[in-house]
Amino acid sequence: MPATARATRPTLAVFKLASCDGCQLTLLDCEDELLELAGRIEIRHFLEASSAVGSGPYDLALVEGSVTTPEDERRVHEIRAAARHLVTIGACATAGGIQALRNFADVEEYRATVYARPEYIATLATSTPVSAHVPVDFELRGCPIDRGQLLEVITAFLVGRKPDIPDHSVCFACKRRGTVCVTVAHGTPCLGPVTHAGCGAICPAYGRGCYGCFGPSATTNLPALIPLLRRDGMDEPTLRRALRTYNATAFAALEARSQEQEERPS
Amino acid sequence: MTHRSSRVLRVGALSRVEGEGALHLRLHDGRVTRTELQIYEPPRFFEAFLRGRAYTEPPDITSRVCGICPVAYQLSACRAVEDACGVEVGGQLAALRRLLYCGEWIESQILHIHLLHAPDFLGYASAVDMARTRRADVERGLRIKQAGNAILELLGGRAIHPVNVRIGGFHRVPTRAELRPLREQLARARDDAWATVRWVAGFDFPDAGADHALLALIEPGRYAIEGGIPAVMAAPHAHGLPGDTDEPLPLRQFPVHAFTEEVTERQVPYSTALQATLDGERYLTGSLARYALSGRWLSPVALQAAREAGLGDPLSGAVCRNPFRSIVVRAVEALYAIDEALRIIDAYRPPPRPYVEVFPRADTGHGATEAPRGLLYHRYALDADGTVTDALLIPPTAQNQGAIEEDLRRLVQRRLDHEDDPVTDTELTALCERGIRNHDPCISCSAHFLDLTVDRS
Ligand code: SF4
Ligand code: SF4
Repeated sequence: MPATARATRPTLAVFKLASCDGCQLTLLDCEDELLELAGRIEIRHFLEASSAVGSGPYDLALVEGSVTTPEDERRVHEIRAAARHLVTIGACATAGGIQALRNFADVEEYRATVYARPEYIATLATSTPVSAHVPVDFELRGCPIDRGQLLEVITAFLVGRKPDIPDHSVCFACKRRGTVCVTVAHGTPCLGPVTHAGCGAICPAYGRGCYGCFGPSATTNLPALIPLLRRDGMDEPTLRRALRTYNATAFAALEARSQEQEERPS
Repeated sequence: MTHRSSRVLRVGALSRVEGEGALHLRLHDGRVTRTELQIYEPPRFFEAFLRGRAYTEPPDITSRVCGICPVAYQLSACRAVEDACGVEVGGQLAALRRLLYCGEWIESQILHIHLLHAPDFLGYASAVDMARTRRADVERGLRIKQAGNAILELLGGRAIHPVNVRIGGFHRVPTRAELRPLREQLARARDDAWATVRWVAGFDFPDAGADHALLALIEPGRYAIEGGIPAVMAAPHAHGLPGDTDEPLPLRQFPVHAFTEEVTERQVPYSTALQATLDGERYLTGSLARYALSGRWLSPVALQAAREAGLGDPLSGAVCRNPFRSIVVRAVEALYAIDEALRIIDAYRPPPRPYVEVFPRADTGHGATEAPRGLLYHRYALDADGTVTDALLIPPTAQNQGAIEEDLRRLVQRRLDHEDDPVTDTELTALCERGIRNHDPCISCSAHFLDLTVDRS
């Protein structure tokens, strides 16, 4: 390819904050599309995949992971400044991830539990999503994200349209997949009704209830679901733990909202 | 080398590994006096927030430590919890677990070989760059990787953080007919993996020897993957042998529940990852260790491939101590995992139930499995109603850190000893990055840059 043609290809950068690498690995898991994609865009910064590191500005920056250190707090601003479009990938970058469980606990105690010399460890008391620090153009849900959705987002941003990522719940995807409802048929507690679609409703297809790894969907009715979960055997602590795992902060915000609604006189 | 009184250099960022780290080198009078592999891992505190969780939760939760080897976390967690509850999962359920793990081995080893490590040997910055001139090699890698992912997706629901694993077995087990379509894909992947063994065997390997004790699980009769007994092969220096010896040395075993009596983790001020030692010494776990300890139990196809690839004869206890050749051992292991997956699929008869019932009891359980990068140990203490009261996870990279530092020290020293040929910092960085990538470290709970700092005085 002549250098001029290459220079006009849109540029992509992938960054990582506190995370497990699973969401960026999703990109390398696009075995069928990877080489074709790499021909249409220039992967300018992707440490997990390439030792060639190019500087910004980037047309699209994908950010994985949450902000948990003073250094990363500084780094998200740098990334934002270098990116024309910034998209967060995954529950960590979008909702603080599983490491946000510290937000509900005493981080000093956490630090002392894990480290003999806690004073060597620099960490913030909270794990926050990227959007708590800088404006974000799009948030892709999931722990991990879905391969098909990732390709849709990259393609959409590169041609300058809005990604077609529906906001409905896992229930819709179950119906589409033809999976018999695990709650109705087996009394299995399932967070599907309040969880954002995107995974293709995997868990119910494998006979288990959804555990909410995509975070809350856009229009959720948590108060309506809670009695159903209780009926199916979830006691209060189990319910709390179910909502507070991979998308703890997002579900906690939802819990707080539903609490308010319940308390508001009708 | 350049003699300047004192010098600090920051060069590049460590790429093509999971997670990011830093390396600090101190050089004095032409000697390497210090190598510190610094893992700036923002702590994610898994061991802390596992406390108070139900005994059913560690498989799903700990898989989120690492997106590259979630099955390793899931199955080490299952084994540890089941051990605490006094349950052993056997028969076809155990076979399915092994099949799932084979999927992860294939996917992860091939990812490392084709996309992360091979570019080092051939002088490319990435697999995408490599694809411009060696498209067939990259495409072959992607095809094999896809076969590994196909197992994970079918059996686990998805390739990253599979949803179908639970304490006692699976949520749902496949029918024979459901597994059948994998056969064709795996049979093709087996041919491709053979080609990959031959491909990597032809690379140029710098001379290097890893003078470490080797630790891996063994399960006499077959290549250990999803369980086994920890076994240690002594370090060559303990027998007065050179570091690159290919002599097999005596083994010593200890029970999994004695793991933390043998392996001690300590915290070093410059890294957020803990460092482990065995009998007070550095040691290596992972492909080289497994091959040394279990090589004789590879399948006939993999044995043949190992011999052809110049790794010696595993049946007579061949050992490979050159970290650069780990790419060849990985390729043999990937081929073995494909072969093993085919064997399991052919012998599969669906079990009557997808899982065995596991009731909690107050006890402490231990579990260890062979993640692609090495032994992964979990320990959980439960109370009578199954609440986790304490958790400990010892990942392979924490165990390998000391050995990696020592390998880097030797590599750099060897290079510095070429008095007539001064080494540039760029060259040193490249050398160290290669030295690190030889071990496929998964610093995935970490982030930030590898700044190579060279202190010269
Ligand atoms: S969202 Fe989940 S899969 Fe993605 S980086 Fe975070 S922990 Fe890993
Ligand atoms: S069903 Fe729910 S928990 Fe399962 S993968 Fe989908 S979103 Fe995640």
